[in-house]
Amino acid sequence: MSILLIAEHDNATLNVATLNVVTAAKEIGGDIDILVAGEGCGAVAEAAAKIEGINKVIVADNAAYTYQIAEPMGDLVAELGADYSHILSAATTTGKDFMPRTAALLDVNMISDISAVESADTFVRPIYAGNAIATVQSSDAIKVITVRGTGFDPAAGEGGSATVEATDIVKASAISAFVGEELAASDRPDLAAAEIVISGGRGMGNGDNFEILYKVADKLGAAVGASRAAVDAGFVPNDMQVGQTGKIVAPSLYIAVGISGAIQHLAGMKDSKVIVAINKDEEAPIFQVADYGLVADLFDAVPELESMI
Amino acid sequence: MKVLVAVKRVIDYNVKVRVKPDNSDVDLNNVKMAMNPFCEIAVEEAVRLKEKGVATEIVVVSIGPKVAQEQIRTSLALGADRGILIETDEKLESLTVAKLLKAVVEKEQPQLVVLGKQSIDSDNNQTGQMLGALTGLPQGTFASEVAVDGDKVNVTREVDAGLRTVGLSLPAIVTTDLRLNEPRYASLPNIMKAKRKPLETVTPADLGVEIKSTQTLVKVTPPAQRSAGIKVADVAQLVEKLKTEAKVL
Ligand SMILES: Cc1cc2nc3c(=O)[nH]c(=O)nc-3n(C[C@H](O)[C@H](O)[C@H](O)COP(=O)(O)OP(=O)(O)OC[C@H]3O[C@@H](n4cnc5c(N)ncnc54)[C@H](O)[C@@H]3O)c2cc1C
Ligand SMILES: Nc1ncnc2c1ncn2[C@@H]1O[C@H](COP(=O)(O)O)[C@@H](O)[C@H]1O
Repeated sequence: MSILLIAEHDNATLNVATLNVVTAAKEIGGDIDILVAGEGCGAVAEAAAKIEGINKVIVADNAAYTYQIAEPMGDLVAELGADYSHILSAATTTGKDFMPRTAALLDVNMISDISAVESADTFVRPIYAGNAIATVQSSDAIKVITVRGTGFDPAAGEGGSATVEATDIVKASAISAFVGEELAASDRPDLAAAEIVISGGRGMGNGDNFEILYKVADKLGAAVGASRAAVDAGFVPNDMQVGQTGKIVAPSLYIAVGISGAIQHLAGMKDSKVIVAINKDEEAPIFQVADYGLVADLFDAVPELESMI
Repeated sequence: MKVLVAVKRVIDYNVKVRVKPDNSDVDLNNVKMAMNPFCEIAVEEAVRLKEKGVATEIVVVSIGPKVAQEQIRTSLALGADRGILIETDEKLESLTVAKLLKAVVEKEQPQLVVLGKQSIDSDNNQTGQMLGALTGLPQGTFASEVAVDGDKVNVTREVDAGLRTVGLSLPAIVTTDLRLNEPRYASLPNIMKAKRKPLETVTPADLGVEIKSTQTLVKVTPPAQRSAGIKVADVAQLVEKLKTEAKVL
């Protein structure tokens, strides 16, 4: 068995989500090679080579891969991956974008968002917004898989000394191009990696009111998330959405503020270790999953919380 | 230009699914079914393109059992012009769905194919991208804005770090995210009118596609249940519990 693992990065730093994928790869077993595709991504390749237990790092450093858009990435990974038994990436928006393309090019199905490895061909994944857990066995010659970060602990990012080799395969795309981006600038920790997450819902009323959550977050070193309703209403940007169709988080502490607890929201946070809900409606479904529920007006409770921590 | 929209019949998003006692699958008996919410957004986007004069014809395709006609009729009531049902009672994996859609794309030659980003039953998030690879067309996934300009389309995508725009040459594939639009409701007169719009039924064999399965559902289990917690009286007690009991502060 041999695994090709696609690194998640922004050309400058290796995204820690990659380390969770390495753990999944180790559970599958076999040699693990990491592909770093980007432009000017040498530092990322070096970081990948230091991950414990990696055989080889393959670097595709070319302008075709600067933004890791799906068409060149899908082509590159299909060509390189054809010789492996498994191709793995994180279930991030980048992985979700190109991995199905790779699978179709290899004429195989894909297994999305696995949360556990049973064996080299059998995987566990949540379906129906996490209301059912499926165990799926694949008979495809190459298993193309995205990995849910919360299902696996991160592998050690230090201690390895893999060889680094360059590939000169260039898959330029004439039909698609990067036009621009609007990235959310935040000094707070990444939602997916934070130990504590505090999220606001429609009950926050408007975007300015999120300030009271930011204050708590900054005291706790927490990330701030949101429900779909809060994003749809324009209170906060889309990258803050937690849920079935947003980000999946499982921090040590999740604090839901003014969030009712729809199944689609629960799908993104119910594996958190400790859940706190602050809601003025004592019937809100969020209380059914909360370890500690506080029935209160959030505009009183949140500032009080901030003053007490 | 012609727009092709793929719609899937799935469990209604308000229904909390149950696992069968024998753990063979989820229980969909007597469960309310509906159009996948992301597919509703796809139909709405196509209808808006037609209202803007960008699209001239909207063809809707669904793959599934005969009852999936209901979701095609709903799409027709929302403003699509014509429907295609690829009828099969077999369980489908994404690669087969993508191959069937590819056959439709080859026949219909649309300039834009719009799909949902994700089925809310399988939570796969695969089909649009696979269709892109099989047809050789570019993709704009998780779209929150679609701007057609001549023979190009700019798609703004919801990504983990914010928003990113890609420029694609037409024909192209778009998969919808939640913020692309807010779907309308079908009016009664439009529901009546939809009954007279053409709906063709074909089989996978008609399209020359063999239904293949490479994935076996070994078992389906309910998720780990969280044990019910407690209600705290006030913020002071909450902080105390988080410090001394849960030890997370
Ligand atoms: C296809 C699809 C995908 C979806 N994906 C997601 C997803 O990924 N993530 C997600 O979150 N949702 C998702 N949803 C939406 C989901 O179904 C709910 O609509 C949404 O989660 C509701 O957000 P909310 O809890 O903030 O709002 P509401 O349900 O309106 O709840 C607001 C809560 O705030 C409380 N409140 C109001 N004022 C105060 C106050 N002053 N003090 C204290 N409490 C107050 C209220 O009691 C209420 O419980 C999806 C839906 C669909 C159809
Ligand atoms: N059986 C189907 N019939 C029509 N469209 C489908 C079908 N399955 C998936 N799709 C389309 O592909 C999108 C993504 O689905 P999935 O890849 O299953 O998450 C859906 O929102 C539909 O637009």
